[in-house]
Amino acid sequence: MIQFDAVHKRFPNGTTAVHDLSLQMPEGGVTVLVGSSGCGKTTTLRMINRMVEPTSGTIQVGGKDVTRQDAAELRRSIGYVIQQAGLFPHRTVLDNIATVPLLLGWSRRRARTKAAELLETVGLPADTGRRYPHQLSGGQQQRVGVARALAADPPVLLMDEPFGAVDPVVRTQLQDELLRLQKELSKTIVFVTHDVDEAVRLGDQIAIFRTGGHLVQCAAPAELLARPADDFVADFLGAERGLKLLSLKTLAEVPQGPAPEGGPWSLVLDEANRPVHWASKDAEIPVRPLRDGDSLLAALNESIASPTGLIARVDATGVLSGVTSRDDIHQHAGQAHTEARVTA
Amino acid sequence: MTIDWSWIGDHTDDLTTLTLSHLQAALTAVFLGVLISLPLAVVAHRVRPLRGFLLGLSNVLFTIPSIAIFVLLLPVSGLTRTTTVVGLTVYTLVVLLRNTVEGLDSVPVKAKEAAKAMGTRPLRTLLTVEFPLALPVIMAGVRIATVMSISLVSVATYIGDGGLGQLFTDGFQRNFPTPVIVGVVLTLLLAVVADALLVALQYVLTPWRRRQA
Repeated sequence: MIQFDAVHKRFPNGTTAVHDLSLQMPEGGVTVLVGSSGCGKTTTLRMINRMVEPTSGTIQVGGKDVTRQDAAELRRSIGYVIQQAGLFPHRTVLDNIATVPLLLGWSRRRARTKAAELLETVGLPADTGRRYPHQLSGGQQQRVGVARALAADPPVLLMDEPFGAVDPVVRTQLQDELLRLQKELSKTIVFVTHDVDEAVRLGDQIAIFRTGGHLVQCAAPAELLARPADDFVADFLGAERGLKLLSLKTLAEVPQGPAPEGGPWSLVLDEANRPVHWASKDAEIPVRPLRDGDSLLAALNESIASPTGLIARVDATGVLSGVTSRDDIHQHAGQAHTEARVTA
Repeated sequence: MTIDWSWIGDHTDDLTTLTLSHLQAALTAVFLGVLISLPLAVVAHRVRPLRGFLLGLSNVLFTIPSIAIFVLLLPVSGLTRTTTVVGLTVYTLVVLLRNTVEGLDSVPVKAKEAAKAMGTRPLRTLLTVEFPLALPVIMAGVRIATVMSISLVSVATYIGDGGLGQLFTDGFQRNFPTPVIVGVVLTLLLAVVADALLVALQYVLTPWRRRQA
């Protein structure tokens, strides 16, 4: 666990970057720090591994005050990923990943073996290891950055807008990978971003900062979206925050029934019973089938695009399991909101 | 102007000795220059107020005429190889110091940040991150300093040294062009070969710059 107690940071030029911050970042969970630029979120992150020293207050990692430890040794025990990866241009991918193990005094062979394992963990082909960073795409570099941070198996991972410089498609892939990795590794992750959607997707808890280094609200994504503490938070989350809340709920509990027969539109299946499109006398509209794990937001979106207002639902193998109406989705969406407001 | 080929044949031993002596003076100067400018450049790079002073000083030293510098050194080290090497070293400093400082400036901030954040201590960062990444710019300086020193050695003929430069005085005094031409050709060859070797060395030392994707 990481604990901030009454932490202040004033820079020599007089600006206050972080104002009286007390915050807990639970062990094995993802804490996302969000806010517009200059709100102190990156400074907060960088105080954890002493890249920035607090002016007053204490920061503890695993119960130990960070300022009482040797800075270099502390940093080796904390993984760090930055935007555009910050890889060493003169070292191969493998040697980049092996950086911290080598600093810790591992043998070169052991460090390289570990690095090769991590390449696989982050989904990169083995032959990437001999290449240099400039020979990789932005997304691949970012993966190497994550592998490098994980190399010495640190319990804590600091990620400073790690996916800020890649295109939206790759960004989504990297977020998925991070969630998959986190399921396996359960690191204590502190993640800085200015993207609300990214925060909602990745965070177990989200801390929202306002200019001047004030923490405004820290809560689980559902609670934050359902009950923003003030207008600032509500504005920051955006007008469509109700829809964002739906992105957190899955379709699993929404009932389904058999596909309708005899209307103007019929659902056409292929020979393996997988939905293909809605067909009428003179039109065909493609179907994007949904699974139980898909979000209510995706279901709502698909039901609006569907000519019948029905969404096609499939099992893990893609075979049709039933259909669900727009009304049922609406009803569950409404319930989800009410629940979040009441229980959170 | 005709070349007396038989003179060359009769003096191959002398020519070899002079060439090696020439090369030794130039390379020693560059080597010492690098040894002096690396730490000075680190200081100039890290301590901003000293930067202008150190670079300015190396510029001022460079403006001293080459003959004058040897003459100034005579009371200290006399008519010796030391005088030649010290004089040449002073001249190499202007390029070596400036290029090393600029090389260190050119190291991406992100790479230095990352090194620090991974828990690399400052000295190790300097040796394993900053110097390697500054190497291309430093090597450009070393190449200029080497070629410049090879051409400047001849000036030390005035204090009785000068390697291949001795061929020039010999030729002028006897009004006999062959040694002069041979001296010029050998100096040029030395410079070209030394430069090519440095290019090769840089290629070997910077594998990450080879396969530009």
